[in-house]
Amino acid sequence: MKSILTESQLAITIKRLAHQILENNSELANTVLIGLQPRGIYLSDQVVEAIRKEFPGTNVQYGKLDITFYRDDIRKELHIANQTDIPFSIEGKRVVLIDDVLYTGRTIRAALDALLDFGRPEKVELCVLIDRRFSRQFPIQPDYVGKAIDSIVSQRVKVYWKKKDDREEVALLDY
Amino acid sequence: MQLSTRHLLGIKDLSANDISLILQTAEQFKEVLQRPVKKVPPLRDVVVVNLFFENSTRTRISFELAEKRLSADTVNFTASSSSVAKGETLLDTVNNILSMKVDMVVMRHSASGAPHFLAQHIPAAIINAGDGINEHPTQGLLDAFSIKEKTGGLEGKKVAIIGDIMHSRVAQSNIYLLKKMGAEVAVCGPPTLIPKYIREALGVEVSYNLRETLEWCDVANVLRIQLERQNQVLFSSLREYNLAYGISRKMLDSLHKEIVIMHPGPINRGVELDSDVADSKQSIILQQVENGVAVRMAVLYLLSERRN
Repeated sequence: MKSILTESQLAITIKRLAHQILENNSELANTVLIGLQPRGIYLSDQVVEAIRKEFPGTNVQYGKLDITFYRDDIRKELHIANQTDIPFSIEGKRVVLIDDVLYTGRTIRAALDALLDFGRPEKVELCVLIDRRFSRQFPIQPDYVGKAIDSIVSQRVKVYWKKKDDREEVALLDY
Repeated sequence: MQLSTRHLLGIKDLSANDISLILQTAEQFKEVLQRPVKKVPPLRDVVVVNLFFENSTRTRISFELAEKRLSADTVNFTASSSSVAKGETLLDTVNNILSMKVDMVVMRHSASGAPHFLAQHIPAAIINAGDGINEHPTQGLLDAFSIKEKTGGLEGKKVAIIGDIMHSRVAQSNIYLLKKMGAEVAVCGPPTLIPKYIREALGVEVSYNLRETLEWCDVANVLRIQLERQNQVLFSSLREYNLAYGISRKMLDSLHKEIVIMHPGPINRGVELDSDVADSKQSIILQQVENGVAVRMAVLYLLSERRN
């Protein structure tokens, strides 16, 4: 196991991602943030918290999206759905999708399909903590990257979150 | 995690985990039904046939909507307008339909056990939409979902099932399900409409006194008097039934607490429920119908084939 980001590095990276999103979306009223279930929401919770801290009192529209029913491997095994909660319209809005690890791009493909069933956004951006570059199976690239890494198929990137795993760290696991 | 069964023939065969999984998945589908586009793609490669050998409005429309909102292709079959009228057997009818490449079968039949028979003879996944006086599992599931949604849970809840228990597949599915999930169940109705050994067989309380039962319960699931299944006189008149076992506004108002009123439909207004009870705020009858689509989507989704 190799550590990619320690707890303190992770905190700085998340703060930077929040600032970069703010830089590109100065009018927060027209922007919505959507975390991807199940594991993207630990990142999006923290990004949204950092943005709210930067602009206290502003209404940051934040939702959660589950993409289970849009997966392309739905016939291979049973996937259990998680909660979707998008309590606002995304019609004409700038949407920032937030997930922990970008690997093949298949999850984001499904997320785009799911998202469009909620309306027609003006623009969709992608924010990820870890970009496993050179391993994409779909033409999808992130707009905000915490850290880009080179990895091989047999390796796994695991992001640990305090809320779920009792520690905060990003690690590269070998199998 | 997945279901322990390939078919949904009855609640009797399900484990508590199966039931939890279905109810939890149904919650996600209920959210789908609130979206601008109320449709998701997971069953777009699946063909479902709805075989209704017995009349139905709610259940058939509910299943059909559930299938369409999962993007499945659907074929509908009603016995009255089919070759069954020409003397074809059930197995022949179904095998002929399956040879047209159908993946799942939703069936309602007046004979108890008909879907169990099919499950032993055909490869498709079978969902029981009501068989005779045996079970109506998706109704049991949607009732449980509605109770959970309204009261916050099933464990420890006191649920009374009132009316024609003898002829009711809804009662049987509800009893199996509620007992498995830790609720307390009582049945109430005229002695002629309650099976004699139901207390011993299913572990429910039995009462012949409506007021006592309503004072005891948190939720009253009121059943329809099924005149079509009764070939002998089991009570003297509908009016007399209403006087002894019909729920009126006055009676509800005289109770010490507010209880939830449910009914699987269709309602005989003025028999088992008075109109001002059926249409009151305490009644969740229309929510039950709404939840039915989400619950059936969950069942179809969880039972659709995985090819690994």
